[in-house]
Amino acid sequence: MAVETVYEKLTTILRDVFDDDRLVAAPSLTADQVDGWDSFGHLRLIFTVEKSFGVNFAASEITGLKNLGELAELIDSRAKG
Amino acid sequence: MPPADFRERCRALADSPDAGGGAVAKLAGYALDENQLRVLAAAIGKIWAAGRSLAPLAPFKLGVVGKLEPIVPALVASAPRHGVALECVRADFGQSLQEAWSADSPMNRAKPDAILLALDHRALPLGRDPRGAQAVSSVSDAVAFVRSMRSGFRRNSGALCIVQTLAAPPESLFGSCECAVPGTLRSLITAFNAELAESIRDTGDLVFDVASLAQTVGSANWHSPVQWNLGKFAFDARFLPLYADHVARLLGALRGRSRRCLIIDLDNTIWGGVIGDDGLERIVIGQGDATGEAYLEVQRTALGLRDRGVVLAVSSRNDSDIARAAFAGHPEMLLRENHIAVFQANWNDKARNIAAIASELSMGLDAMVFLDDNPVERGFIREALPDVAVPELPADPSLYARTLLAAGYFEAITFSEEDRKRAHFYEENAQRVTLAGEAGDFERYLTSLKTRIAFRPFDAIGRSRITQLINKSNQFNLATKRYTDAEVAQFESDPACFTLQVRLSDVFGDNGMISVVICRPRSPLEWEIDTWLMSCRVLGRGVERIVLQEILHHARAKGVRRLTGRYVPTDRNAVVRDHYANLGFRLVAEDPNCGTTWELQTDSIVEAPPMEVDRSGFEPALA
Repeated sequence: MAVETVYEKLTTILRDVFDDDRLVAAPSLTADQVDGWDSFGHLRLIFTVEKSFGVNFAASEITGLKNLGELAELIDSRAKG
Repeated sequence: MPPADFRERCRALADSPDAGGGAVAKLAGYALDENQLRVLAAAIGKIWAAGRSLAPLAPFKLGVVGKLEPIVPALVASAPRHGVALECVRADFGQSLQEAWSADSPMNRAKPDAILLALDHRALPLGRDPRGAQAVSSVSDAVAFVRSMRSGFRRNSGALCIVQTLAAPPESLFGSCECAVPGTLRSLITAFNAELAESIRDTGDLVFDVASLAQTVGSANWHSPVQWNLGKFAFDARFLPLYADHVARLLGALRGRSRRCLIIDLDNTIWGGVIGDDGLERIVIGQGDATGEAYLEVQRTALGLRDRGVVLAVSSRNDSDIARAAFAGHPEMLLRENHIAVFQANWNDKARNIAAIASELSMGLDAMVFLDDNPVERGFIREALPDVAVPELPADPSLYARTLLAAGYFEAITFSEEDRKRAHFYEENAQRVTLAGEAGDFERYLTSLKTRIAFRPFDAIGRSRITQLINKSNQFNLATKRYTDAEVAQFESDPACFTLQVRLSDVFGDNGMISVVICRPRSPLEWEIDTWLMSCRVLGRGVERIVLQEILHHARAKGVRRLTGRYVPTDRNAVVRDHYANLGFRLVAEDPNCGTTWELQTDSIVEAPPMEVDRSGFEPALA
């Protein structure tokens, strides 16, 4: 999976989950920069990502993520593995 | 499925001052996922905040007790689908008993209409211990705990309680005898659910059967250890829309929005085949045949619904006597005429019939559910009578009964002696209803179907289907002439005869061959229409007009000046008695025994509804 496609998909997902058409997925994006990205919002984001990319994450993988870049890498690692 | 611009539409809803409950209900009607439910809930929240009315949705204030941040938006957005404008008040489970018993608590002061006790098994003091008797008495303690909460809320705020049953997790310590050892979690949950139902019966409080919901999707799917560990989600978040919809059904039922009448089509809905063509001997119902069993299950379901107070009606395109004969005469029929409160079998469009049924029963269109295997009919009723619920049926009749019941149109909150007798009351008072005026523009709807019609002369490929139609058609069959396969083959190579095999397709799919025509030359200037038959499935769409146009096209090209046609009456084909008259033919002879003879000049203009026409297999000059 090309890295560009992952971020394009993530942009759509972010907009759907947080209902904000201004959001753009970038590696440095963090939860505190987005309205509604609290702990529940984070879980909703993860569940939507899992459904959209057809992958599953372990609890430990989800709780440690610092920014969107790490999430993108996590998604990518599933594609290769 | 929701439209691609769903979020924009929600925003528009919130920003537009005129948008009311109807617009909200329309958006709520789509199958929304968790994210979309949140977006819609936010829009509804903005409308509430602006003080705008959500009429005609019925207002409802629901208290929600439990651990459930994600549930509230899902509930608010699902409620409009069932006619309810929902406002929620939340309370955490940890303080629920205090909350119930303190008149001053936020929940009681809010005076909700009902309170949902969203418990799961971890929240209750169920003492798991296969060795101890305390485990078993903990069930009664848990039920008493719930009862205590219910009385507290009832006394302090007047609210009724909606109590969830517990969904047992799939994990089992014992394996199969888990259910037989009293102190295991599974046994405790089973006992709790049973005792809970018993303690709630006839109190005015309601049971919300989450246990059965979890069973329906599979408890291994319902319970997600990952999500519980991550966020204490009692069930997998992907079932939030399903959960919320089931709660919304209860709220709709509390506001009297449950539907009360099931209108069924007949052909290929409660039996296999077309009664007018196949007759009693060949329609398929019942034992020994997979399809027959499927239709029997539909009848069984309809009868079961009737026994609990849902009124049954029939709307079918059929000759009334022929349709009723199936109810009277077929040994496998479970449904009988006396089970049907209003029996509309005629050749008029179904929107008019359904409107008449509703009027006769003095019920609103929003009390009706319409079951029909034909997507064309379903599409028309959805458009013409949007308040009528029309379940989308899969292609396989084996799934009809399940699909109908799963949709939950008839959600009940009580079952009384009155309910048991209700259907009977309506049946006693049944009348044949007269049709009022138009309901819905059928002509315009037909245009939207993008019908394609394909004409070919007889050929070897079509031969067996042509022969089948010639020998099977009884209703739309003008002269009922039967030909063998060999005779049909002869027509293929007879240059003097004009033949047509007609196929129809539309946005819903391919209907295959639906009409057969054979014309014989009587003289160089005259063709006799020897055979003209059509499948009843496409009646009422103006297909006969376009077929006549085609016959005339070819007749003119061959220098023919006149068409003649005969109608030979049988006990099945009364539907086409006026066929030639309706097409503009002139009556030339009438005989009480052998029927009527008609004539049309080939330079006549015949109007037909717009359809795309394909022609192939004709001589080049005629194409």
